[in-house]
Amino acid sequence: MYRYDTYDKAMLTDRSNEFRHQVARRLAGEITEDQFKPLRLMNGLYLQLHAYMLRIAIPYGTLSTRQLRRLAWVARTYDKGYGHFTTRTNLQLHWIKLRDAPDVMDALAEVDLHGIQTSGNCIRNVTADPYAGATADEVDDPRVWAEVIRQWSTVHPEFSYLPRKFKIAVTASAKDRTAARSYDIGLQLRRDREGQLSFEVMVGGGQGRTPYLAKTIREHLPADRLLSYLDAIIRVYNRKSRRDNIHKQRIKILVATLGQEEFARQVEAEWAKIEAGTVDLPDTELARIRGAFRPRAFETLASASKAFEAAKADLAFARFARHNVKPHKVAGYAIVDVSLKAPGETPGDCSSEQMEALADLADRHSFGEVRVNYTQNLVLPHVKLDDLPELYAGLKAVGLATSNIDLVSDIIACPGLDYCSLANARAIPVAQAIALRFADPERAETIGELKIKISGCINACGHHHLGNIGILGVDKKGEEFYQLSLGGSGDNDASLAEILGPAVHFSRTPEAVDALVDTYLSHRRDGERFLDTYRRIGLKPFKEAVYANAD
Amino acid sequence: MPMLIKVDGDQAVLVDDGFVLLGEEDPAPDGADVIVSLARFQSEGDSLMACGRRVGVRLQPSEEAEALAYDLPRLAVVELRFDKFRDGRPYSNAVLLRQRYGYAGELRAVGDVLREQAQFMLRCGFDAFAPSDGSGPQDWITATRRYRHVYQAGADHRTPIYVERAAAKADGVAKEELEHGL
Ligand code: SF4
Repeated sequence: MYRYDTYDKAMLTDRSNEFRHQVARRLAGEITEDQFKPLRLMNGLYLQLHAYMLRIAIPYGTLSTRQLRRLAWVARTYDKGYGHFTTRTNLQLHWIKLRDAPDVMDALAEVDLHGIQTSGNCIRNVTADPYAGATADEVDDPRVWAEVIRQWSTVHPEFSYLPRKFKIAVTASAKDRTAARSYDIGLQLRRDREGQLSFEVMVGGGQGRTPYLAKTIREHLPADRLLSYLDAIIRVYNRKSRRDNIHKQRIKILVATLGQEEFARQVEAEWAKIEAGTVDLPDTELARIRGAFRPRAFETLASASKAFEAAKADLAFARFARHNVKPHKVAGYAIVDVSLKAPGETPGDCSSEQMEALADLADRHSFGEVRVNYTQNLVLPHVKLDDLPELYAGLKAVGLATSNIDLVSDIIACPGLDYCSLANARAIPVAQAIALRFADPERAETIGELKIKISGCINACGHHHLGNIGILGVDKKGEEFYQLSLGGSGDNDASLAEILGPAVHFSRTPEAVDALVDTYLSHRRDGERFLDTYRRIGLKPFKEAVYANAD
Repeated sequence: MPMLIKVDGDQAVLVDDGFVLLGEEDPAPDGADVIVSLARFQSEGDSLMACGRRVGVRLQPSEEAEALAYDLPRLAVVELRFDKFRDGRPYSNAVLLRQRYGYAGELRAVGDVLREQAQFMLRCGFDAFAPSDGSGPQDWITATRRYRHVYQAGADHRTPIYVERAAAKADGVAKEELEHGL
């Protein structure tokens, strides 16, 4: 893992001091809320319905156990003893007091954590494959490049007041686990025949009220020219984007307006004028960062484990093994998904006790490393197969052994009207009701892969456009209704979901999902997932099932 | 006469703005140094300069630095206006003026100019400021010192962290931290 050196630490300390100064000026009334707002936002501090919310960046979703324990402590000391992992692999604390915020920042800075640029119209926390460094199908560790971007984008002089927020995802695997096509910039790393690393650069994806999938503007960008190319893209965006209508200021709108080719042409023209040496990092610095992500000291093990196989006699463990355990690049190891989606709980929530227990387990079984997945689940990236039974018992003891990864109850949900001041409707209770309806693990397993994603408003933090079943909360004369859409995917086969029909009432939403699932089950052919069946038979049968007895 | 904060290295002083800002129709006072809009400069720049006075141009956020590229050596001042402090376009204009076109004259930030944005402006190459928040030279000096290190090379020629690291390594200084960094 990358550990902050004296320079990185000095940046955090200076930022923390600056923020303390700004909060003092705000509390003393020396600056207006309007002037303070962008400053607190760039430190991740939002004003929500009931309190300030602090969004803590977890760069490329990688956490050390020391950091996880500190998050647990901060949540217990300054909040209500839990945190919420988001679809951008950040952690949100929803009950922070403004006067405590500087102390929280200091406590976080001690373990190299912060809220810098987790909000505001700047380059946000970079996301990367949660299986980085563990999956066999990657050509490089994408975190090397995510860390390069993190440093370059931190307190960027030119790009801190962009037209809107700006999000970048990096993946180095054939299988995209970041939803890269839904990002302002998605970067897909590949190795060409000569062994050179290059990026496919995708620009202009986004969700919100006008969802777009990102378009490829360059197939092969030499990896060591990444920063100057990003510079060119963002400079073109900063200069050419509209600034007169907040809903039309994301880069996706600029790309759509100019057209993919014209946008690419402008970027290339700008890039040609940038002196490489002024932006791109020297090889020595790239090598230094790369060194931080060198492989762990894995043991040489047999590819099968007797202890693991024997433990499968326990049906519950066997189910965990089927859904939460993924192949590792090193024989005898596995990647373990830790679900934060126990039916009835808030998706993505994790208590301080759970964080601490997980930190202990990661120290024992996963080289002290934990990852955050945008699906609002956690990952232990490097677990010995032999250790899985013991790990499972440890997870189970703190309610973290739910065996439902990618199943119907593994629901993404934004905080919605329970917390968020922009919400039209609640998202959490809908997720809870659906998950409880499908709580029977055998039934869930029969249904198979089904990704439900719920947003409390059109901003789409819950990724509803990318849900196999997407659910969007709308307000109809003070009542909560939910618009259903089908067929979205954030994976390699990315697609945007289509709206099913009129929104259904809060109380009817779980049964509507049930009707969708039944329709799929009655139509599915061998081996089809919900998404496959939907793509084959289309919207109509689903529509009939949901609205048949609506009146 | 309006005052201006000028920053040079880690010094900041309050000076008289020696220039008169001319509206589109205002006649240029005899002998006075003037600042005009881009449009006026393009139509009248030569005649204004012919009288021996110094001339500067004010660019609005929507106007692009490229429009001045060939005139820069003749200009005494370029003013970049911030309509709103949240409008990031003047930062890109400043970077291009300094780094791409090598503009070496005075680069002013005017309009909604707040001390909170001082470090960004300084790093993009601004060296003169007409703040709208009542801040003084001391506030702008504080801003220049707020961050001991910077990650990017900027128009202010500060040494970026990756160069500092390499130098420290060559020196054997901070060796411990570098190892820690691995
Ligand atoms: S989707 Fe809407 S309600 Fe949900 S977190 Fe985002 S802004 Fe808030």
